[in-house]
Amino acid sequence: MPTIVVEVMPKAELLDPQGKAVVGALSRLGKTAYTSVRIGKRFEVTVDGPVDDAILADVRELAADMFSNSVIEDVVSIEVTE
Amino acid sequence: MTRIGVITFPGSLDDRDAQRAVRIAGATPVALWHGDHDLQGVDAVILPGGFAYGDYLRAGAIASFAPIMSEVIDAANKGVPVLGICNGFQMLAEARLVPGAHTRNAHQQFIRRDQKMRVENSDTAWTNEFAAGAEIIIPMKNADGRYVADAETIARVEGNGQVVFRYLDVNPNGSINEIAGVSNERGNVVGLMPHPEHATEAGFGPDMPEAMASGTDGIAFFTSAIRALQAV
Repeated sequence: MPTIVVEVMPKAELLDPQGKAVVGALSRLGKTAYTSVRIGKRFEVTVDGPVDDAILADVRELAADMFSNSVIEDVVSIEVTE
Repeated sequence: MTRIGVITFPGSLDDRDAQRAVRIAGATPVALWHGDHDLQGVDAVILPGGFAYGDYLRAGAIASFAPIMSEVIDAANKGVPVLGICNGFQMLAEARLVPGAHTRNAHQQFIRRDQKMRVENSDTAWTNEFAAGAEIIIPMKNADGRYVADAETIARVEGNGQVVFRYLDVNPNGSINEIAGVSNERGNVVGLMPHPEHATEAGFGPDMPEAMASGTDGIAFFTSAIRALQAV
């Protein structure tokens, strides 16, 4: 079944406390090569039937209005996979 | 008698406390249900604290799409007093009834403390019984309480007097400009992270300099709404 993958990331200028916690853990493991980790979200939306323009437009709207909050996050990609 | 509705969502924790606070303040609490499209004709609405819908997706996000929220948004836009406490504040932000948003606390921890705040705007529907600049102590408890917005929004909100409460002494979660609560432009919709409903009865409130558990600074939120409604 076709799946639409939506990826959402916290805005670059905002502190990402989750990413900061992971960077802290990496440095405690001696993995000092990594200076930053940012953690986002991936939504896999499965469609019953073909992905047409109407579905894509609908998912774009959902991505903007529900999957992300534009005050703190950006939708970075919307892709259709089989 | 003034009827103030308190909406219960799956995962609400402080709905009963909010109802009790309404009763102590001298109004009639009305239990409302997230799944209904019915505000039962109440005069004001409270979105209580908790973790509605598990706070999945983002804190308050799924709750902001609950059936009853379409009626809440309509009422808010008509000037009905709406108070969002903690998770309720997150819902108001997600529903775009107040500006800004919330992220995980900067220190990544859940925090509970009796928090000192300054009332920056005593002209709103929920703060008119406070003296301008009053310093109050209200319990707070949250993990996603860090108030953020872009620089332009912050400047506008500050300029309009929409910053209603500001943290004093300690910024408990890294909120921009120590913002603890904001209102919409009209001042009928107010959201804040600390919990006024937990500071309405001596013996069960926050610790105060005078005596333990004696704080009742929260009562004025609810008497303010009653006064605002009587003035209409």
